[in-house]
Amino acid sequence: MKMNIHVKDRVAVVGAGITLFRRRLLETPRELAWEAAKMALDNAGLTLADIDCVVIGTAPDAFDGIHLNGEYLADGAGGYGKPTVRVYVGGGTGVFVPIAAWWHVASGLCNTVLAVAEEKMSPAHPHPQGVFAYIWDPVLERPLGPNLIWIFAMEMRRYMHRCGATKEDIALVSVKNKRNALDHPAAQAAANITVEDVLNSETLVWPVNRLDISPVSDGAAALILAREREARRITDTPVWVEGIGWSLDNTHWYNRELGYPRYVQYAARMAYRMAGIERPWKEIDVAEPYDPFDYKELHHIEGLMLARPCEAPKLLKEGWFDRDGELPTSPSGGLLGVGNPIAAAGLMKAAEIFWQLRYEAGRRQVKKPVHKGVAQAWGDLMQVGTVIVMSN
Amino acid sequence: MSEKEKLPGHYLKSKEMYELPGLVEYRPRVRYRFSAGQAQTRFLEGLKEGKILGVKCPRCGRVYVPPRAYCEYCYAATSEWVELPGTGVIHTAVISYISTFRERMEKPEIVGVVRLDAPGYKEDSYEFAGLFHKLCGVTEEDVKTGRAIGMKVKPRWRPPEERVGDVNDIECFEPVVEG
Repeated sequence: MKMNIHVKDRVAVVGAGITLFRRRLLETPRELAWEAAKMALDNAGLTLADIDCVVIGTAPDAFDGIHLNGEYLADGAGGYGKPTVRVYVGGGTGVFVPIAAWWHVASGLCNTVLAVAEEKMSPAHPHPQGVFAYIWDPVLERPLGPNLIWIFAMEMRRYMHRCGATKEDIALVSVKNKRNALDHPAAQAAANITVEDVLNSETLVWPVNRLDISPVSDGAAALILAREREARRITDTPVWVEGIGWSLDNTHWYNRELGYPRYVQYAARMAYRMAGIERPWKEIDVAEPYDPFDYKELHHIEGLMLARPCEAPKLLKEGWFDRDGELPTSPSGGLLGVGNPIAAAGLMKAAEIFWQLRYEAGRRQVKKPVHKGVAQAWGDLMQVGTVIVMSN
Repeated sequence: MSEKEKLPGHYLKSKEMYELPGLVEYRPRVRYRFSAGQAQTRFLEGLKEGKILGVKCPRCGRVYVPPRAYCEYCYAATSEWVELPGTGVIHTAVISYISTFRERMEKPEIVGVVRLDAPGYKEDSYEFAGLFHKLCGVTEEDVKTGRAIGMKVKPRWRPPEERVGDVNDIECFEPVVEG
């Protein structure tokens, strides 16, 4: 059953581009946006003249250190003289960029959209972690001197308690994703590591160790979306956007159960309904759940209803989510392996589903045949879910 | 895009970055003064008096801590203030070895979320009245083994003369000693 929404045009992804993800890149933010956007255009065999509208995504301005960062990036992202907009939902931005690009096209407003996400975290000193100090509630949270890893640790601890999962169970995500990333040409933190390596790495906020976390990164990614008629002209293998969904909870993260991301489930339900998917755990062939921390991948697999609540750790151990498994997750290597330039990392996940559905992922290509894939991002104060479902 | 693709981007080592010509250092110089707003100002006044105040939605009966001027579910103005006992249970707890700016801390700090005893919520409901705060009298062992979760706690107040109407008027939450 498809959701009864009026879509003027069916929307396809027709090209993708990405820069290296690295701890420090020479390029300015707008140069990164340009490099990824240009690669996406070349990949689709288009020029900027073929693009009607531009959607830009970048996470807090404070990372790049430039306010009105969307406007700053506009020309680098190909927005010169075009209807251009920047969207922002914290860490969820990366997947929100193609969502916004989708409605630009589905509404009939634009034939083609260039969707660009960029993040440069390296300028902030002494550590980009300090920038996160400004996301906290100024009255009730900042006086306690929190850092961002606290809340992740609290969520991870709650998840472990609720699901009976151990640190070893969760570390397997980091092992899997960093291994997958060995085949990703943009990867910053690809490695063959063991569960012991994760457990022996520096404890930052127990239960979170250094290798439970994705790295700090610079980078950009881009997609091109087009309406059906254009898409068929541009390529023989368009990847269709079948459903989109997003949902926001409030910033009072300590007023809700931390063991399950209900807002992710709401976003997923919206996207699946639009895509006519009733049993995502059977119908989705490949998934890119958001993995800034290793437990988050499990949390999100459950939020995306690809496993029952608390079932993901067990399936992970059985190899269910490996590249040759029943339901491969983060075949790209995810944020843990490829890197985490925040907005660009989410868009990298959507791009990976595009490449997987085109069978263009090379050694990253999952073993099973693929028809439908889902990418998801998450962010702000544990409150945002953004989801996109694609098919070939 | 296969693993062989040559991607754009020029990686810099840390040293290379600091040797770049034209590297600009900039420190924003601005100070913010945040007002706590309608609901939280009252809440902070309560803390000064050694009380944890919640505010009740007239429609659904949820009692909000921290208080809000409106019920986000019913979208109705909240009006009735309720004093809570302050007791609750630990929802989650962690041990921090790093500061806000990621410096290693000499003494680790135990922090967590406390689910407060408040009317208007079903047992084990997804949302609840609660606070994020420091925990004392809870050991690292308690956190690691999971004993801490579900532990009954109460606020440890600073002496009245030291309270200023700030979230730190509560020094921490500490276990309730039975009997």
